Amino acid sequence: MAYTIPVENMSGKVQEMTLGTAGRAVAVGGGTTLPFHTFEGVKSHRPVIAIEIQDVPPADWPDEVRAQYDAVSGDAVTWAKHCQDTLKADAIALRLTGTHPDRENRSVEDAVATIKAVLDAIEVPLIILGSNHVEKDSKVLVAAAEAASGRNCVIGKAQEANYKTIVAAALAHNHKLIAMSELDINLAKQLNILITQMGFDTARVLTDPMCSALGYGLEYTYSVMERIRLAALAQNDATMQPPIIGDVGMYVWKIKEVSAAEADVPAWGALAERGVAWESVTATALSMAGANMLIMRHPKAVDAVRKTLDELC
Amino acid sequence: MIIIGEKLSVIAKRVRLAMEARDKGPIQEIAERQFREGAAIIDANIGPAEDGGEDLMQWMVTTIQEKVHAPVCLDTTNVAALEAGLKVHNNQWGKALLNSTSNDPERFPVLELAAKYNCDVIGLTVGKGGLPADAEERAGIAAEIMARAMEYGVPLESIYLDPLVLQIATTQDQAVKVIETIRMFQDLNDPPMKTVVGLSNISNGCPKALRPILNKYYFLMLAEAGLTAAIADAAEMAEAMHEKALIDEVMAGKTLDDPKKMAEIVKTIDVIMNKTLYAHSYLEM
Repeated sequence: MAYTIPVENMSGKVQEMTLGTAGRAVAVGGGTTLPFHTFEGVKSHRPVIAIEIQDVPPADWPDEVRAQYDAVSGDAVTWAKHCQDTLKADAIALRLTGTHPDRENRSVEDAVATIKAVLDAIEVPLIILGSNHVEKDSKVLVAAAEAASGRNCVIGKAQEANYKTIVAAALAHNHKLIAMSELDINLAKQLNILITQMGFDTARVLTDPMCSALGYGLEYTYSVMERIRLAALAQNDATMQPPIIGDVGMYVWKIKEVSAAEADVPAWGALAERGVAWESVTATALSMAGANMLIMRHPKAVDAVRKTLDELC
Repeated sequence: MIIIGEKLSVIAKRVRLAMEARDKGPIQEIAERQFREGAAIIDANIGPAEDGGEDLMQWMVTTIQEKVHAPVCLDTTNVAALEAGLKVHNNQWGKALLNSTSNDPERFPVLELAAKYNCDVIGLTVGKGGLPADAEERAGIAAEIMARAMEYGVPLESIYLDPLVLQIATTQDQAVKVIETIRMFQDLNDPPMKTVVGLSNISNGCPKALRPILNKYYFLMLAEAGLTAAIADAAEMAEAMHEKALIDEVMAGKTLDDPKKMAEIVKTIDVIMNKTLYAHSYLEM
């Protein structure tokens, strides 16, 4: 008797959304199956890889990844164009690290100027990320949403403590929104409910269940993402159907394995390969778990993940 | 169904202060109220009570039984305090209940007390390691507790097996597994083993308005599975019994006249059965 592949029929669907404008818009999500289960239904769009830039030079990034951008990172516009034109990024993620009060404490006006200049220089979709300082973000991201009006950007991250102002801003200027919770599927659902209750359509939300690097709790992120997908598909839970975003780079490029010198830990292998491998493996694993968009840093890691996706999609 | 009134707990500030001050008034008032509301046993939870636990437990037992003619559930990890409480417990309204023994060797002496004083004892199906993962693991631990009880000379009729209810807000899949466990525990012996739960833990960590709703429907679902006793809020459980007919109608596929109540029942059962992902605002969706 011929073998028949068992097929799970899911009742739900991942929300499909379009980011950016005109010819360079990208589509995210949209599938009716678990990631890459192409034999079970409609597959989601290929995970989108956004390359991360900052509003200030990345002095805090480990040498291995910082050096990749030394020639361009002095200015956010040059850096963004390099990612779009040379690295062929699907999207750019601009992190406004410099607005953090413990960093350069750049003003809201400075952040707005950077956003406008970057938007003038690129055509691919832009993801605008705060500095993860709850109070400052609620000011910066509100101004950012206004500055980027009409460009169909992604604004984030809205968290339980500050979601109201950020949701209102994304609503007013017609952007997509990242809703972030900390590795707790029930709180991820709760935040999406609260956001919906403000009149914001879940069809415009991306869920960030919080990332973690391989060896630093990746299995928790993996499990939460996987359970979000199962709730979306098997239970047809509309609050869990937004695309998932994995903010990979910032979690990988702060662990000791990506910066420890070869002389100190010879058994760990070449430093130049270590961080790239770490970021590739983390990002690939999360795409398996259900991430529809990945924010990454190292060009070689981006290439490696693209190659894997070429074979899977 | 035996309700063990949960309100005399060291976690409640008013109770703790009354315990510290040896003020009988609030203790007796709460005990009498629970008895009126339908509690057949009054729980006296004095916490770990490492210092002065023996004196405190004796004071609690005599203070409660001075006004309420019912047995007391002696609830502490301090074994000496349990024994002190047993020495003064008046058995004319029923046997005392010890809370609890388990599969942790430190809790074995509680079985010795149950044999020596011929009282009932809760067997919490946890070991020294992590929390049990499913019904099968709980039943395995229950079998070990039962074998040990027989060694110590405690009859199986004196054991109430407790599957350990976990919080739905953080470990949602366990709620339905505990219901399965209650069915499985009964099959471990003939006549069936008695069972008990610490009910309110199901809604620990949930918004205040949601807690009685989850407690009540979970209670009814456990009762349906054959639960013998619950450490619970007696007033809430009386309300639950009142609402049982409504649940039965919904479960039988009927539509209630009150759409809000109908939605509350359907959504809550779905959450307990792990068919819908729990969120604090699940009733609003």
